Amino acid sequence: MIPVMFIITFLVFSLLWAVPGDPVYAYVGIDVVLDEEQLALLREKYNLNEPFLVQYFLWLQNVFQGDLGRSVESGLKVSEELMARAPVTFQLGLFALFFAIIVSVPAGILSAVYRGKAPDHAATFFSIGAVAIPDFWLGIVSILVFSVALGWLPTQGYVDPLEDPIQGLRHLVLPSFALGCTSCALIMRQTRSAMLEVLAQDYIRTARSKGLYELRIIFVHALQNSLLPVVTILGLQAGRIFASAIVVETLFGLPGMGTFVVDGVLGRDFQVVQGSVLLMAFMVLFCNLVTDILYAWLDPRIKYEG
Amino acid sequence: MLGWILVLNMRDEISLGITKANNKKSSASIIFLKNFIRIPTAVFGSIFVFCTFFSAIFAAWIVPYDPNVMDYNFLLSGMSYEHWLGTDQMGRDTLSRLIYGSRIALIVSFGAIILSVLIGVPLGLISVHFRGPIDNILMRIMDALVVFPSLVIAIGLSVAIGSSLTTVVLAIGIANVPWMARIVRSQGLIVREQDFIKAAQAGGFSNFRIIFVHILPNSIAPIIVQSTLAMGYAVLTEAGLGFIGIGVQPPTPTWGNMIQQAFPLLEKQPLLSIVPGVMVFALVLSFNFIGDALRDLLDPRLKGVIY
Repeated sequence: MIPVMFIITFLVFSLLWAVPGDPVYAYVGIDVVLDEEQLALLREKYNLNEPFLVQYFLWLQNVFQGDLGRSVESGLKVSEELMARAPVTFQLGLFALFFAIIVSVPAGILSAVYRGKAPDHAATFFSIGAVAIPDFWLGIVSILVFSVALGWLPTQGYVDPLEDPIQGLRHLVLPSFALGCTSCALIMRQTRSAMLEVLAQDYIRTARSKGLYELRIIFVHALQNSLLPVVTILGLQAGRIFASAIVVETLFGLPGMGTFVVDGVLGRDFQVVQGSVLLMAFMVLFCNLVTDILYAWLDPRIKYEG
Repeated sequence: MLGWILVLNMRDEISLGITKANNKKSSASIIFLKNFIRIPTAVFGSIFVFCTFFSAIFAAWIVPYDPNVMDYNFLLSGMSYEHWLGTDQMGRDTLSRLIYGSRIALIVSFGAIILSVLIGVPLGLISVHFRGPIDNILMRIMDALVVFPSLVIAIGLSVAIGSSLTTVVLAIGIANVPWMARIVRSQGLIVREQDFIKAAQAGGFSNFRIIFVHILPNSIAPIIVQSTLAMGYAVLTEAGLGFIGIGVQPPTPTWGNMIQQAFPLLEKQPLLSIVPGVMVFALVLSFNFIGDALRDLLDPRLKGVIY
């Protein structure tokens, strides 16, 4: 865990190597023109004359103090900006996952119980399609249908749900649908296969022979044991959701971390991107860790060493 | 003396085993093909990928118009006899741009996956063969790489070296390296405990030979399956990058940047935003169909493990 964190920070810091010309430009703006004297001065200021490893540890020191540098364009602190924007991305991600779970788990159960029948075919058809659809394109199509044609929902923009809950939610419906669809398909597949596996076990047959209601067997006996693999797949969604959120936020004009990092790339604002990439990587790592812990907690057979 | 005879004998037996396997292979591949064409989705996928390939290679001959020529008589036109899929805001033919866009999609998917196989597979093999600290260090690096989604790597690289085709291929390639390495490693862990590896070691074969001749062939099936599925995902990532303006830059048409340019005009001409998305969807679907079929045929044990 700790070594992995160090490797992640090192990889993100090494992006500095890839900047063409002098790394100074990463700090002052990549399109800026500097003369020799300014260059030397700035190299001194940003510790760029130190050996690479020393530079890395100096940078790491700042990162651990929560300092991710400043944006070249606005001059604002990257960390403060990210903290201000993170809630939007979290809302979007959580709504997307919420949508994905409430649709996918029942659909997965149905499709396992009615294996080979109409509900199963419909669910499988959906899951095959949903993993191949580009999420932003799904967003565009849903804008066309629900905003342009029907006029039910707003096309773009963001309203804080804490200030105006109804408007806030209306603005989040389409983005979370676009973001959650692929996750929904993946979770559904996992629920279906886990459920099928559990339903074939002996204790389910015992429950049936005891004369229990089928509904009780499915929800009390089978569901609990089949949710374990579902938790794993849920944790693995973190990386995908963060990546897709970048695209979906751009599409719907939500002021989250995604639009921040995209503006950073388009404006060649190195520190903005470096900071955001680091934060996203840590968040994915954190989600994976939580999944592992949750998994061990749910399944007493698993014990982690150390 | 006796030892030498034993060793020579063993070599003969090993090489004999290989030739036997080769003979079996030819009939196995026919059976494999027969089974493959029985899966309708796999056939659809193969045909679609082949057609996309064909049109990408011969784009210059089959496009009705030059993708960058502007026709001011047809601005934002819908479907018509002259322009089958309509034109964009500059009067450029959508069908021609789609066909040229397929080039980028295929270059990215194949380029990135070939790159990830070339880096990831040797890393996995080294890891499984040498074990110990080398294995440990390599796998920790893979654990670190895995938390970066390909889109995020692309963003990081773009800000440093700029957005281009190379950046996109590099980013998606790097993002897939840990998956390839892990698959090869897990497969290799099973293989290396088997007797024929011990026999090869006793036969005095070099590490290089054992890795590439004995361990690698046993990992090929999962690599192929993972590659095909990853290609579909690469197409999706490329489109997403194009849409946020960080992929291959205009005027080169890609499916992603076509949607990006069409999106502000969504209400005026929705066709323009929809059509490239349908192409992305169809190509990804095709890769997934082929990947699923290969997985079921090559290694039924993998069902549900790789997705």
